[in-house]
Amino acid sequence: MAHLATAERRGSQELLRPELTRQGRKRHARGSARVWVPALVGVVALSLWEGAARLGLVPSLYMPAPSEIAEALWTSIVRGELGSNLWATLTRVVPGLVMGAVPGLLLGVAMGRSRSVRRVVDPLIAAVHPIPKIALLPLLMIVFGIGEASRIAVVAIAAFFPMLINAMAGVRRISPLYFEVARNYGASPRKMFTRVVLPGSLPMVLSGLRLSANVAFLVTIAVEIVAADTGLGSLIWLSWEVLRVELLYAVLVVISLFGVTLNLGLGGLAAWLAPWQATADEAG
Amino acid sequence: MREAGGVLTKPPGLACRRISHTFDSRRGPIQALDGISFGVRPHEFVCVVGPSGCGKTTLLKIVAGLLRPTAGTIEFGLNGQSWTPENGRAWPRNALVFQEHGVFPWMTVADNVAFGLEMRGVGRGERRSRARAFLDRVGLAAFADNYPPELSVGMRQRVGIARAFVADVPILLMDEPFGSLDAQTKLLLQEELLRIWREDRKLVLFVTHDLEEAVRLGDRVLVMTGRPGRVREEIPVAVPRPRSGVRDPRHVAEIAWHIWQLLRDEARRSFSAPS
Repeated sequence: MAHLATAERRGSQELLRPELTRQGRKRHARGSARVWVPALVGVVALSLWEGAARLGLVPSLYMPAPSEIAEALWTSIVRGELGSNLWATLTRVVPGLVMGAVPGLLLGVAMGRSRSVRRVVDPLIAAVHPIPKIALLPLLMIVFGIGEASRIAVVAIAAFFPMLINAMAGVRRISPLYFEVARNYGASPRKMFTRVVLPGSLPMVLSGLRLSANVAFLVTIAVEIVAADTGLGSLIWLSWEVLRVELLYAVLVVISLFGVTLNLGLGGLAAWLAPWQATADEAG
Repeated sequence: MREAGGVLTKPPGLACRRISHTFDSRRGPIQALDGISFGVRPHEFVCVVGPSGCGKTTLLKIVAGLLRPTAGTIEFGLNGQSWTPENGRAWPRNALVFQEHGVFPWMTVADNVAFGLEMRGVGRGERRSRARAFLDRVGLAAFADNYPPELSVGMRQRVGIARAFVADVPILLMDEPFGSLDAQTKLLLQEELLRIWREDRKLVLFVTHDLEEAVRLGDRVLVMTGRPGRVREEIPVAVPRPRSGVRDPRHVAEIAWHIWQLLRDEARRSFSAPS
């Protein structure tokens, strides 16, 4: 019997996925190329741009040199212009996201679990969802007045839908097998919810959060361009009005960095909350 | 040691009496099971084979309490207690091992294995130590904190089996647990299953389409007919344990051949029938 046991153990090691073996790790080490190749591409592109701008090969009216953009960015930071506007944007994105995504999550899970809830809510969703949410702004301004409330409301409505749809799909996509297993082991409704429904839908909920956050950011910038005198969106509009093209680019840089940070942060949150999913993604 | 027939009249671990089940489908009712009767003793290992679509899985789900039969009764005579669908007692604890992917991807191996205990309200500390002890026994201790997506299919199935054993239930129901594995992994896991079962003799009802597997594992093999499923024959497997497929292959193959003779026509019929 002893030889069988060792054969089994050896077998079990071979059963492990290749990603976890030494060879797999070596392949992973080559991943540092993932960092320096894009960095190199960035440096080369910026140098070419800078050179072209200095030699007058591109019109400075809409393509100022990167060095000028950097300078505009710096002065804008020093004067506090950027900070205050970034803060104004944040105070719309974050409350809007929370007020939209939390109800979206709750209703989405309810719709995922209950066919009757789905039957009632589905037509309403189907009717409202296709409207570009920014089109609701005038209506919301009539309801909430011209102020922060109407702006945050439109962001919240925009953030509501991706979360709702993902949460519902996340719950419905849980294999019926897992419910059967839990039922077979005598799971109470509460355990069914905390041990199957929540974790089973979590990956989709997290990608819903990501979509909602990006939509909230997008709509906030749009609202600020249309109807606000603070925020990154209004700063973009201002720099167009006074034709400060370097400032316009500087704000775009900040918006890009903001978006990247947002997505990295949410990616980190996902890896922390759903570690099993991270390994599944790596494999796929 | 084993008397032929008469199983139903002895105090059984499990007795199915004239179980029938009919599904409603879009094309009308489909009868999956037609008056199945058999018994299993408390520590017996019984395999069920039959052509595909003969209602094996339906039968297991009914015994597991996940599905109500259209007709017939099930009695459990465990610890001197008897359950029937009529007497209203809670369905006896059992653990069903599914063909694949029954292991929760969002729980670590240890949490998966301890799931049955968790559902019964066993405290975290005890749960953990019992899960670890079992994982140790089957050589999976090193993977206690891994998530199932990090494991191979074979290892995931071992986790599923470990979960069923750790749940500490007297009845184990297995639905083609090795059906999706390669031949060598399958042999290793059969050995492992038998080793654990020798130490912890539960009543096992094991569904498979692999005739040799049925003969290697079971004390008895129930051969079912094609749909609607009935018991065609009960075949005792008089091969002494421990059995090793390698050590005494001829006897196993002989019995498997005999079962195939019984099944061939049924299999051919379901082979050419619309699904």
